Order: sequence, then C-alpha cells, then structure tokens
Amino acid sequence: MPRIPLTWLADHVDLPTGTSAESVAAALVSVGLEEEAIWPAQVTGPLVVGRVLDLVKEPQKNGKTINWCRVDVGPEHNEELDSPKDPQPGEERPSRGIICGAHNFEPGDLVIVSLPGTVLPGPFPIAARKTYGHVSDGMICSTAELGLGEGIGPETEGIIVVGKGTLAGVEAEPGDDAIALLGLGDEVVEINVTPDRGYAFSMRGVAREYSHATGAAFTDPAERIEGAVGTRGGIPVQLRDESPIRGRAGCSRFVAVEVRGVDPQAASPRWIQQRLAQAGMRPISLIVDVTNYVMLDLGQPLHAYDSHQLVGPIVVRRAHEGEMLETLDDKPRALAPEDLVIADCGGESGDRAIGIAGVMGGASTEVSAETVNVIIEAASFDPVTVARSARRHRLPSEASKRFERGVDPLLPPIAAMRAAQLIVEHGGGEIDHRVTDERVDGAPFLPAPISLAVTDAERVVGVAYTPEQVRGSLETIGCTVEDAGDGELSVTPPAWRPDLTIAEDLVEEIARLVGYDQIPSVLPQAPGGRGLTRAQRARRAARTALAEAGLVEVTSYPFVAPGVLDDLQLPEDDERRRTVRLLNPLAEDEPLLRTDLLQTLLPVARRNLGRGEDALAIFQLAPAFIAREEPTPAPIPGVDAVPAAQELAAIDAALPEQRAQIAAVLAGPRRGATWFGDAGSWDWADAIDAARRVAAASGAEVLVAAAEHAPFHPGRCARLTLADGTVVGHAGELHPRVVKTFGLPARASAMVVAIDALVAAAPAVIAAEAVSTYPVAKEDFAFVVASDVPAAAVEGALLAGIGDVAESVELFDVYTGEQVGEGKKSLAFAVRLRSSEGTLSAEEIRSARERAIAAVDAAVGGVLRA
Amino acid sequence: MLVTTTPPDGAPASAVGDAPAPEISEEAIGRAVEAALAAAAAAATTAELKQVRIEHTGDASVISRANASIKSLPKDQRASAGKLVGQAKGRVFQAVSARQDELAAAEEEAALASETVDVTLPTDRRPRGARHPLTTLADRIADIFIGMGWEIAEGPEVEAEWFNFDALNFDADHPARQMQDTFYVAGPDGAAGSGQVLRTHTSPVQARALIERGVPLYIACPGTVFRTDELDATHTPVFTQVEGLAIDKGLTMANLVGTLDTLAEALFGGAPITRLRPSYFPFTEPSAEMDFRCFSCDAREGLDHDADPACRVCGGTGWIEMGGCGMVNPAVLRACGVDPEEYQGFAFGLGIERILMLRNGVGDMHDMVEGDVRFSQHYGTEI
Repeated sequence: MPRIPLTWLADHVDLPTGTSAESVAAALVSVGLEEEAIWPAQVTGPLVVGRVLDLVKEPQKNGKTINWCRVDVGPEHNEELDSPKDPQPGEERPSRGIICGAHNFEPGDLVIVSLPGTVLPGPFPIAARKTYGHVSDGMICSTAELGLGEGIGPETEGIIVVGKGTLAGVEAEPGDDAIALLGLGDEVVEINVTPDRGYAFSMRGVAREYSHATGAAFTDPAERIEGAVGTRGGIPVQLRDESPIRGRAGCSRFVAVEVRGVDPQAASPRWIQQRLAQAGMRPISLIVDVTNYVMLDLGQPLHAYDSHQLVGPIVVRRAHEGEMLETLDDKPRALAPEDLVIADCGGESGDRAIGIAGVMGGASTEVSAETVNVIIEAASFDPVTVARSARRHRLPSEASKRFERGVDPLLPPIAAMRAAQLIVEHGGGEIDHRVTDERVDGAPFLPAPISLAVTDAERVVGVAYTPEQVRGSLETIGCTVEDAGDGELSVTPPAWRPDLTIAEDLVEEIARLVGYDQIPSVLPQAPGGRGLTRAQRARRAARTALAEAGLVEVTSYPFVAPGVLDDLQLPEDDERRRTVRLLNPLAEDEPLLRTDLLQTLLPVARRNLGRGEDALAIFQLAPAFIAREEPTPAPIPGVDAVPAAQELAAIDAALPEQRAQIAAVLAGPRRGATWFGDAGSWDWADAIDAARRVAAASGAEVLVAAAEHAPFHPGRCARLTLADGTVVGHAGELHPRVVKTFGLPARASAMVVAIDALVAAAPAVIAAEAVSTYPVAKEDFAFVVASDVPAAAVEGALLAGIGDVAESVELFDVYTGEQVGEGKKSLAFAVRLRSSEGTLSAEEIRSARERAIAAVDAAVGGVLRA
Repeated sequence: MLVTTTPPDGAPASAVGDAPAPEISEEAIGRAVEAALAAAAAAATTAELKQVRIEHTGDASVISRANASIKSLPKDQRASAGKLVGQAKGRVFQAVSARQDELAAAEEEAALASETVDVTLPTDRRPRGARHPLTTLADRIADIFIGMGWEIAEGPEVEAEWFNFDALNFDADHPARQMQDTFYVAGPDGAAGSGQVLRTHTSPVQARALIERGVPLYIACPGTVFRTDELDATHTPVFTQVEGLAIDKGLTMANLVGTLDTLAEALFGGAPITRLRPSYFPFTEPSAEMDFRCFSCDAREGLDHDADPACRVCGGTGWIEMGGCGMVNPAVLRACGVDPEEYQGFAFGLGIERILMLRNGVGDMHDMVEGDVRFSQHYGTEI
C-alpha cells in the first residue's frame, strides 16, 4: 500500500515543518485513508560529515588491517585535545579519533560519522568504545549501516565518501548534518487505500485528501505541467481492440513521447532515488526511476521502451491464441486471448507482443544501460482488462494496482511530458516535438454528471446539512456543481474520481468532508420481533444439555483429507463419499469439506489426547456438506432486479446439502482415580444417552434400534429414527479399526445427530397431561427371552399390553447365566400402574399383570420368570 | 410388635403396695425432692436419666408413694399434703424434663460431630462439561439483538457466488472481490466455475432475508465465515461473524450510530462511544469503519480522557476497531427486490473472535480454534 514520505507530501500541500507523522496519519484517517504503518526516521542523533585528517594503517593479529583515524567533525563536535593515553595519528588538532576497517578512502576525504549518541537503523546505538587498542569515538558509516542498501561503486566494499557514489555531486563541510544530507530524517506514513479510490495511489491524491482533512493549501502538481500535445509524425500507434470486455475498449488513449540522445550512463538524482526508496521501490536506472517517480507522484503508470529495439507501428490488440511473451522479470508467459497486449512489428513474425497492457512490459524492448532514445508510454487502460490479466498472470504490479482502481484519463499527456522533462533534466537529450496521442472515439472518458437532490445527504445520513455544505463539499473534492432546479443539483465528478457514479457516492463525500463525527446517535425502533426461532432455541438447548451431561463443546475446521473417508470405513456407495471439493484449499492435502461432523471431531479428540488428556467427552454443532448427486454450477443471474423464483430455486438446488449436525466423541475413564471409587469409562451407552438428550432438548421423540453403520462397531451401534422412520442419527461404540486409526482409548464411542431434522419433527406445542392423584400400584416383572430380543421390544409390549394404566416401565436388571439357560436372558422391569379414574382394585391390578404377561409372550415369546 | 417388659409409669398403686407409706412432711418431701434433683443433675446420659426418672418419679418413688397415701390421711390434712406433694412432683418432673432436653441436645451434637465429613473432598462424581465461549458469546450477542426487537437469520456456509458477491454489488472484476481472499468450490469437473464459494461474510444471509422476508426488516446474522488466511495468533481462516441489517422507511446513518452505541454498551458496558471513519464496501454507500471506545483503560471515561499508552486492548489509541458498516447501497436493495426509492437502511459486521479476544483477554487465536478442551472448560457455561 502507498507509502507517503512527509517531505514529498509537502511538495503538494502546505505541511508546516515539524508536522509529525502521527498527525498526518490521523488527518488522513479522518477522511478515510487508514493508517497501515508509520516508518520513523531511520537515523537520529549526531550523524555528521567529517574530514579524515590523518590515518595510520595498523595490521592486526587476525590478519585484518584497521585504520586509526583523526577526523575533523566540525567545531561543535571536535575534542580540543587528544587523550594523553591514546593519542590520535598526526599533528594534534581539534578532532575525534575513530577506528575504521574500510579502505576506500584516504586523508582529506569527507566521510559520514555517527558520533556517540547516534542511533542507526536496527536500532543500533553508537557509543565510544575500546577496540583494536584505541578508543573509537564514533563510527565512519557505510550505506548498509545507514539503511541505504548496498551503495554504488567502490562504496559497496567500504564506506560512503562525500562526492562519490551515493553522494556523487554533493558538497559539504565537516560538522554538517548528514541526516538531512542523506534524507534519513524523513518520516513515512503508509496508508491503506480502499479499492474505490485509485487516485489515493499517488502523492497528488493523498495531498488533496490531506488538504480536505485539514484545510491546508493544496497545489495540484498536474496543473504545474504543460501536457504534451498530440501532433502528426509521432510514433504510430493503432488501437485495435477487436474483443472489448464488457463493451469497453481495452485501451482508450495512448500517449507516446520520445526523448532522444539520453546519456546512458546518467544515474537518477539522489533525491529521486531517495524518494523511491522511501516509497518502497528500488532505484534501478534514470529512465526506470523517472517513470516510477512520476507514477508515484501523479498516479499515472508509465512504460519506457528503448526506441532502437522497437519497430513501429505500435499496435494495442488482444493476444493471439498461443502467443508467448517474456516479461521484464525474465519469465516467459503464455498469453490468453483476453489479454490486452502492446505489440510492435519487430521479431521474426513482425507482429510481436512487447508488453501486457497496464501490467508489465516485455524484455525485448526493455530500456538498458545502452538506451539512448526512449519512448515513454502513458495510456488509459480499461480497469477490467488490466485486472483480469494481472490476476491471470499473478502479476499484481504497481501499474496494474492503479489501472484496476481507475486512473485519471486526463493524466497521460501530463505524466508523459513530466517524465520526458525529468529524463532530459538529469540525463540530457531532447524531447521529440512529435507526440502521439491516439484515442478511441469519445476518449478521454470523463465521469458523467450525477443528479443529486439537495436534501439527499440529510435523507441518508440524518444530519441537516446546509445547501452550502452540500455544494461546498462537492466543489472541494473537485466536482462541478450546477443547479438543475427543483432542489436538484447536477454534479460532475472530477476526472480522477471515476468511483463517483450515484447520488449515494456524493452523499458519502459530503458526510466525510463535513465529518462522520457530526452524525448523531439515534436508536431506531424495530417493529418487534418474534424472538429466537424454534430451531435456534433447540440448538442452544441441545448444546447446554450436553454440557450439563459432562461434555465439553469444541470447534473444528471443516477441511478434511480424502483419506478420512477410508479411515472411517465408509462403504463405496455411502452418500458421505459425495464430497465438496475446494479449488484453492488452504492445505493441499485437505481439499474436501467434511461430509460428517465426526470426520473433523475425531482429529480434535486425537489432538486433545496428544496434549495429555486421558479421556474425552467432546461435542460440536456444525454443518456437514454433501455434494449433490449430479452437481451443477450455481447460476449467476443479473443484479438489476431480484432474480425470478426459478432462478433462486436453481441456485439453492446447486448448493450442496448442508446439514446441521451435533456430534460427540466419548472415550476413556469418566473420571481419573477418585476417593469414592471407580467412576467407570465412557461407553456406547453414554453415546446413545447423549443422542437421546439432544433429542429431548429438541423436543423430539426418537426410536432406538440396532444398526450397522460406519464408523461404528457393527454390534454396538444404535440408529435413531423419528416416528415416521426418518433416520436422524447414529450412536454407539466406534469400530475398533477407527479407534485404532485415530489413536483413541479402547471402546471409544460417538454419536452424530441431524439436529434440524429433530427440531422439524418436534411438536410445536406439547399438549398437557392431567396428573392423577390416585394411589400408585407397583408391580415387578422378570421375563426370560431369547438373548437377541431387544429390551425396547419387551418394554414396548409391556406398555402396550397394560394400556392406559401403565404409568411407567423401568428396566432394572439384565441377567444372563445358568439360571436362565444358554441363549436366553432375563429382563426385570419395575412397573408403576395408576389410573386417572380411581384407585386400582386388586382385580384391576391382576388383570393388568395378566395383560402384560400375555403381551410379552405374544410379542417376543417372553416367559415370566418363576 | 414390640413387647414391653417394664411397667409404664403411673401403673395402679396396688401393684407396689407393699412398701410403707412415707412420711408427708415438708422435711421428708423436701429431702426426696433434693435427692431427685441431685440425681437428675448427676445423670450423664439420657439412659441414666431414664433410671433417675423411674427411681424418683416411678410408683416406688417416695413422692409417688406419698401421693398415693394422701387419700388415707385425715380430711383436714389432705389439702396441704396434696399441695406439698404436688409441688414436689412438679419440681422433680420439671428438673428431669429440663435435664432430658440438655442431655438429648448434647447427645445429638455428639452424634452429628461423629458424622463430620471433609467437605473439601472432590464432590464431582459426574464430570462437568462446558460450552465453547465463542458459541456462548454468539448467543449473548443474539440476545442483545432480540432485546432490540430484531430477529436472528441464518443461511448456508457453502454459498452461491451470486448471494455472496453479485447481489451485494461486488462486481466480478472489481478489486474488492479479489480482496475477499475467497475459498472457491470446485465445479463438477474439479475446475473453476461452480458458482459457489465458502461464504466470506454473513452478508449473503442478509440478501436471502431481504428476498424471503421482505421489508421492513431488522435482522442479525451470526455465523461461520471463511477467508484464505493462514492460522496465526490473530487470524483464522474459519471465523465467526455477526452482521446486522435494518431496512425500513427513513432509516439514516444516525440510526446506525444509535444501534452501534447500544451494541457497544451491551457488549462492553460503560458509556457507549463509537466512532465512524470513512471507508469503502461495495454493499454500502456511504461506508465506514466502526471503532468502539476502549472499554479497558481510562479512555472508557470519555473522549476527554486519554488512553493508557500501554493498554493491551486498544494499544494506546483509545479505540478498538470493530468492523465495517454503512448505508445499504441501492444496488443491493434492487437486486433483492426492494425499492430503494421507498426503503433504505444500514448494515454492519463484527468479528466474534475479536470481541472474545478483547473482552476476555484471549491472547492467541490458536486456543480458540484448535478444540483443546481446556480452553472451553475454563469458561464453563457462562462467560
């Protein structure tokens, strides 16, 4: 995101010296340019220019030779006398003694000295210190030590010498402040620009916003430059977009200005290099630096071609099928027919792509150390075309960032001329007076007028803006405002604000310029809601019920690896193999979404065990995703009106089934060793109980029956169904292979229930049942049945046989063994009988007993145990 | 049925008639009373006291026998003797009864003392469970909206691109769409073009609610959302959002501020102060970032109080960034079948993880998303 050096900002807007980065950032935030970072001055303290008066070379035992130097650092910083214990070399004069290991300087040279008290980037505070037998009273600095990179020429191997390399052409005196000299005291504010405001990707735009925030005087740098004017005879350019995207020409305007006779050896001036570095770009060469500098300053991306490499005419067209381009970063790129390219008539075919428009130039026409004649391109490219190419080639370049967000269509001739002037100023040569300004019909495309009612801002924001505030705010941001009568205004946004297209956009401008802090706080009165839905209440109740049953709620991501389906022993035709796949998963090995909540809950169980838990009772409520049997893409209707019902239905029919599930994993001892004895281990019964509790919390009645269902133990799995037979979940012990795969304690158990199905089956209202106050009669029964007869069948028969007077039936004992014989079991029930009509007589009780016995006999062949 | 082997007190006098009648004099009766009182006082247990009662008030006791002999006295002496013996009897019964209460209380106390347990022993025979604090917090936030008369709406997590982007005025080629860091669902052939994404916000629920329920509409949409951020201390690719949407006649940005103030107060307490900063979202115009005044340091006292520079919650700025908001863009209303000439309103979104981090001081996002039971257990079922 853009970095704004304060001294650069001050070129365009009145910024009193001493204005802090914090205050600039705060001002920008108030108009909507968020602070991303503040880059403080790189160096603080006494960094000064010094003249090396004398030096002696002292070889060291480690093989190095160091220089023991007498340095004049100016009257303010010099010591009058040498230390008697450690005299400096040469004649005693006011100076400082400094050790330096570099060798690219000699007596008489001016160098950069960090005196004690200086803080270099790092931060690295400098103090006098004893080294190589002397007290070094400061440090002579290299470019790297000052955070200026590798340096230029001999200084890359040593220290900075004033007048050479980084400081070529600079004159100074001992004692001069080197922070200012090197531009190391500049604070930089990095801002975050929202995607609508492309113009804020320039000093020009940010300075304007700073002016809006503070009222400081703003001078538009674009107005200081006389733009190039198109003539005949310039390099021919043909705009030949035969497949515009969404009806918009890929290139609406192409300005080309040529500069001839540039000194190929000329480097860009230090102030440009410095500003580029502060803005986060690397200085490269005069021509490249100038194009980057003008882009950062004005916001118009530029491209420079070496005229000798380019064979006219230039053609702007869509790429050919199969066309290749080697871009500036030396990477070959396969172009897509939708890419807009700049092409010339060079190369073998005479039809050669030399750049992806607005994204990146090509290597073949790149400017180099031999470039003498240069063509500067300043064009208006369509945001959508550039955005798609940048995305397709994964090239989010400085140019594409700006074009995607919109660039002022009036800038090309101004920016091209500014760059040409800077090149001539610092590299010599002259600007060819023949200028190309090729445009499509109607270009430049300026923002259209917007109709705004004077009262619109008040209607939307709730602040009674005066007509002066409405008009004044809009004029301040550069709009032309005309009275259209009847309280309506016709507002034409400035060229750099293509984002302003509707009245509400203008309302935002008025609101932010007057200040969002002027908006009062008024709580609206909603018409009154119906509270939580039944499903919402049931989900809360289910979560709380499980927590109160001793389970802990956890979270898990929905992403799974394909292998988890086999890990869970899912059969080939199981619907849970119909997975939803992500195109760009976070982890390549987990590209699928879970089709069952246990798929992500079991790994959480494993993680907890790995972290030292001995046992687990965890649950989660989250959706599982099952792909449609025949997946189809979701349609994307238009947005001008609400889509038709069948279009909306088609969207929903394309989405995967998303079932809210509540799942639990229970394993290991319920408690560690306790003083009251063994609390037992979580097991299949707990898992089924958890499922039943969820059903109870939802208000639904479920039936439990034995089932075989992965990932459960085939003999220890319950299927939960609604009265109509709909399966709503499974619970029981996990299959031993699954237990092993996930490293769980033996007999680990689990449940998973489709909670929304439960809620849907629950009665909206539970009808009351009268409470009988007649006495209860208690009868016990024990039946011997075949060992595979489910207890629930016996219980059901008992209830059915006894009829209305059966108040409750509780199984209290299960016995197998010799007394009942092989293949049999005894089930003992405590039954409470009560009538709502009167006290049960002995005869009625006996009759109920007989009905019960007969019913169990008839249903499951159960025999009353003697 | 118990069989009683000792005669009850007050059996007929004839059963013990063989002892000589005692003298009925103040002195003799007084001696008997003193003896009885001394014996009662000396009894150390209720069992001993029972013996004392039999000895001193039973049929064979001096007082009982004296009482029995009154009827054989000359008539003129009966009244004074009766009074004397009656008073004596009363004193003895009262003393025995008082002693009985004393001894019973002492014995009960001793018995209870002997049953003392160590109440600091672990009592959790049943393990205690816990809710995840994120879901608890989401419930609390939902309750705040319910309290304002709003409703809670939900929608699918795998969402159509149309609902997630197009209906919300995200142009397919606009940089804002790219900035969402979207997970795309693969099409049937494993390639692009499914038209489906993992929803990047809960705003598609707003679009669905506008279409399904119409206006006026006041809803909050809590739910899981997805962005392709790597998990680190402050980011998670799967997180929880709650968004609010109010569409009605005449709603303004001032109503947005009022709603945010109410929410800030309910979540963090204190004087609600919110701040809006200009921003950009495709689905709102005007748009804003919302900041809540720090609830932790001095800044909470008001705008005239400086923040603590070392405040861990606001970082010394006095403000906490809470999320985005704004007035719903007319294009969104049109796409959802609402006439923007008649209805307008506002929307806002907050991250629940962030609220939990700030409000409860959670230091690391990993703790919230990894499913470690110790993280949930710490909070129990209330936060």
